[in-house]
Amino acid sequence: MSTDAILSFEEAMEKYDPVLGFEVHVELNTKTKMFSSAPNVFGDEPNTNVNEVDLGMPGVLPVVNKAAVESSIKIGLALNCKIAESCRFARKNYFYPDTPKNFQTSQYDEPIAYDGYLDIELEDGTVFRVEIERAHMEEDAGKLTHMGGATGRIQGADYSLVDYNRSGVPLVEIVTKPIEGAGSRAPELAKAYVAAVREIVKNLGVSDARMERGNVRCDANVSLRPHGRERFGIRSETKNVNSLRAVEHAVRYEIQRHAAVLESGEPVIQETRHWHEDTRTTTSGRAKSDADDYRYFPEPDLVPVLASREWVEELRATLPEPPAARRKRLQADWGYSDLEFRDVVNAGVMDSIEETIAAGASASVARKWWMGEIVGRAKTADVDPSDLGVTPQTIVELHKLVESGKINNKMASQVLDGVLAGEGAPAEIVEKRGLAVVSDDGPLLEAIDAALAAQPDVAEKIRGGKLQAIGAIVGGVMKATRGQADAGRVRELILEKLGVEG
Amino acid sequence: MAAINRDDVAHLARLAHIEMSAEELDRMAGELAVIVDSVKSVSEAAGDDVPATSHPIPLSNVFREDVVGHTFTAEQALSGAPDSFEGRFKVPAILDED
Amino acid sequence: MTELNNSELIRLSAAQLAVKLAAREVTSVEVTQAYLDRIADVDGQVNAFLHVNAEEALAVAAEVDAIRAAGGAEAEELHELAGVPIAVKDLIVTIGQPTTAGSKILEGWHSPYDATVIKKLRAAKMPILGKTNLDEFAMGSSTEHSAYGPTRNPWDLDRIPGGSGGGSAAAVAAFEAPLALGTDTGGSIRQPGAVTGTVGMKPTYGAVSRYGAIAMASSLDQIGPVSRTVLDSALLQEVIGGHDPFDSTSLTDPFDTLVAAAKTGNVKGMKIGIVKELHGEGYQAGVENRFNESLELLKEAGAEIVEVSCPNFKYALGAYYLIMPSEVSSNLAKFDGVRYGLRVLPKDGPMTIERVMGATRAAGFGDEVKRRIILGTYALSAGYYDAYYGSAQKVRTLIQRDFDAAFAQADVLISPTAPTTAFRLGEKLDDPLAMYLNDVATIPANMAGIPGLSLPGGLADEDGLPVGIQLLAPAREDARLYRVGAVLESLLEEKWGGPLLAQAPELKNAALGTASNSAGGSN
Repeated sequence: MSTDAILSFEEAMEKYDPVLGFEVHVELNTKTKMFSSAPNVFGDEPNTNVNEVDLGMPGVLPVVNKAAVESSIKIGLALNCKIAESCRFARKNYFYPDTPKNFQTSQYDEPIAYDGYLDIELEDGTVFRVEIERAHMEEDAGKLTHMGGATGRIQGADYSLVDYNRSGVPLVEIVTKPIEGAGSRAPELAKAYVAAVREIVKNLGVSDARMERGNVRCDANVSLRPHGRERFGIRSETKNVNSLRAVEHAVRYEIQRHAAVLESGEPVIQETRHWHEDTRTTTSGRAKSDADDYRYFPEPDLVPVLASREWVEELRATLPEPPAARRKRLQADWGYSDLEFRDVVNAGVMDSIEETIAAGASASVARKWWMGEIVGRAKTADVDPSDLGVTPQTIVELHKLVESGKINNKMASQVLDGVLAGEGAPAEIVEKRGLAVVSDDGPLLEAIDAALAAQPDVAEKIRGGKLQAIGAIVGGVMKATRGQADAGRVRELILEKLGVEG
Repeated sequence: MAAINRDDVAHLARLAHIEMSAEELDRMAGELAVIVDSVKSVSEAAGDDVPATSHPIPLSNVFREDVVGHTFTAEQALSGAPDSFEGRFKVPAILDED
Repeated sequence: MTELNNSELIRLSAAQLAVKLAAREVTSVEVTQAYLDRIADVDGQVNAFLHVNAEEALAVAAEVDAIRAAGGAEAEELHELAGVPIAVKDLIVTIGQPTTAGSKILEGWHSPYDATVIKKLRAAKMPILGKTNLDEFAMGSSTEHSAYGPTRNPWDLDRIPGGSGGGSAAAVAAFEAPLALGTDTGGSIRQPGAVTGTVGMKPTYGAVSRYGAIAMASSLDQIGPVSRTVLDSALLQEVIGGHDPFDSTSLTDPFDTLVAAAKTGNVKGMKIGIVKELHGEGYQAGVENRFNESLELLKEAGAEIVEVSCPNFKYALGAYYLIMPSEVSSNLAKFDGVRYGLRVLPKDGPMTIERVMGATRAAGFGDEVKRRIILGTYALSAGYYDAYYGSAQKVRTLIQRDFDAAFAQADVLISPTAPTTAFRLGEKLDDPLAMYLNDVATIPANMAGIPGLSLPGGLADEDGLPVGIQLLAPAREDARLYRVGAVLESLLEEKWGGPLLAQAPELKNAALGTASNSAGGSN
């Protein structure tokens, strides 16, 4: 594989103005497929989530999944699009073994949603408006596995295996208008745009939005033009850039590559590029040619979808608050600083904190538990914090136990371990593990006497007013009670005993 | 509309994934030229004001509820496959690299 | 048990069989076996069947007989046609029998699912005798384009039985089945009906589910009945029709007054329109004569005959030969040697999937199929779509408008079904355009989605071969066709002194009237 020459990003930016465009495919999480009643489930045994429709058997006919249409309308609304009063499906004809009918049922000149926009907030707070051209419904293809080659890639493979489980999974393809004026922030904008789309569809509940599973897939178009020129340059389309980081890197790389091509005086070739995460480079796919004659025509086996204004408004009424607005509201409600809130968002526990507060915890308590206790454990367990198994109710209960003095913070942490180990509810674990703070002063006083007797010099210092020395005695008591004493109470009792004002 | 020639047929056969010998291309070009000639009046039949009909009986909003129905076992799915391997359809290499 | 011999048994209509079965004058096993015997006797000459489904058919027949013998609620609930055998065009997928579509590319393929109409036949407990021959993927008007050899017309074995459903029509005409299913995209039920002296009905588009009928042209295809009487077609359409959630173009209208309409035929005061463009020039004299005779009979029965004009019909054939192949080119793309059916490896050169698809489709499809795929690919390709496919869709609108105007003046329209009687095998095989002209009178109904019925109109004077009369009604008015069709049928049969098929020549070596009814029908 030959490596393309690239220019440094700074140099590229000095001379050229990038124009971007994105096609983001979102897999919907409907229970069934777009046109068949086979289950839409990821990761099952090959060719078991299929029926005759998904296999393109002779005689089959498609029937549109109503839930997929509703999800598509919701996506359109969340992207500030107009919803078509009438739209149709079309057939896109091309032969490929992952496409069982050798045509894809898609929307062509009549998308269900069009003319929208999305305001993207960059890291420094700058808001950049991305215009949405259209969002249309289509179906996913099956999955090819290339065998016999060294790399598992299509290049060098001896044969391929086809699993049609993914065939017919509902997709919404979101297409932007050309994005101009991003300048050197183009890579950052690219990442932020895809992140925003991902967040929106996740927030709508219409997609699992897991990029690593291909629920959200991005094709990134990049072209360059010299500063001051209005006409767009020739673009490349980098396919299947499937992580947020990769989107940023791929756009940056393509800008650098295009710049090098233009600098050498050559024209950029309009082509598909493949992204390689390992080398962080793209390689040439196939050039666009007249072989791409998809012979679109209206799908004769399906009838038009009419989205009445009543239906659209009904769906609009079910839309959740947009993620950006919601973030603003929550930060204000919770009184977190910008830094605290960003940490919470980055740790992915905003929703969990919201639920915990709803269950009765204060904003600071919820943050303390999620950020202080749970995020670390989740990292160790390599799962999302919300998937660790801690319910808001658990946190509320733990906090109540601490607040009432039944247990201290150290014990609470142990109780949380017990909850995660499946030992039961917090109160039960306190009981079972015998973790209650010793509140009967009798055994405590004995332990204090012993500690004072063991360190008479320290006792003397305290009597003399050096209160900071008390830690050594408290430590001795805690040690003797194996941490079950309430340290605050121990301190009070020591001072009382020594006749010193705290 | 230009008459259909042998090169056109060769291009169409490629699009349609049907291999054709030189003789077949010639014969098909001749036959198609006659047919295309006989249907060309269609393009002048209707004015711009006439809407297209793609469905003889107009219907709209025919949907299916999102409820899981029947599925095949992998064995059923592959029952007619010319070639298969480990529960999947087996196809020759996609790219020509020899 | 029965006083009828097999020859008489197989000549009964489905409605008559149903009465005798219900009265237990005859068993379904006897009837089914009689038909299987008849197939064994004559199908070597006719070649109507691609597959005979004897074992399963007899098992279903025996089940029906057992239920009837046991009596009670289950017997009461049996469908009227339970136990009446039927043949199925091999374009319709069936579990347990091969489905070939008349093509090499599906040779040996067994569908893992049943078409909706097949599920309905099974629910009605109608024994399926087998799968009938057709032009490959239903593309043709003579059944000569079958990869499995042509079907022959029982009236003259040197002539074609029409197409694409020549197998179903010939099976019914040769008394190899009382009923059959066909599919009609441009006339494939009606034109074979016309040239074999049988009844064929193309219902309103959407009246019968297409799920499981291998698509030729999705916006034109429709499954329908083939029978020997108008009433039988009505009975069968009520079995196979009705809404199907698996077909998005399926209508929700009930279509449940068809049998009643066929039984209460009456044309008094009805306006019957002759379509000026669908007779006269280009129509065989004998066809015109029989057509005029039918008009006279209807007039005598109290109908008013009016003339209507459908000026845009002259574009119908051209528009059809753009829309149909366009949809064909896409519908037949799935036959590629990956998931089912034939796979052929290229003789030389690189062994890529693309080349395997190309070699498979080259070897698996016949010339007519290839011709239509290439034509359709052309009509849809960049730069031609508007002029071809787009224009043809507009012509569709014009044809609908013509029908709307015509039906404002007439309750039903009438024409010859086909311009000629059955031609000789091979006569038009090398002239696709001449072949296409056979469908000139049937295509407009498909373009507009309206129902069309063909029934026997007598024999042409010059060749003694059957002529078909076509009746057309507005969309959803299928019942009207059965009502008028039943009247015309009874008037004609009165004139002929019996069914037209009684005049058909005995098939050579056929065992009609011999002792063959003991061949297996005695259990």
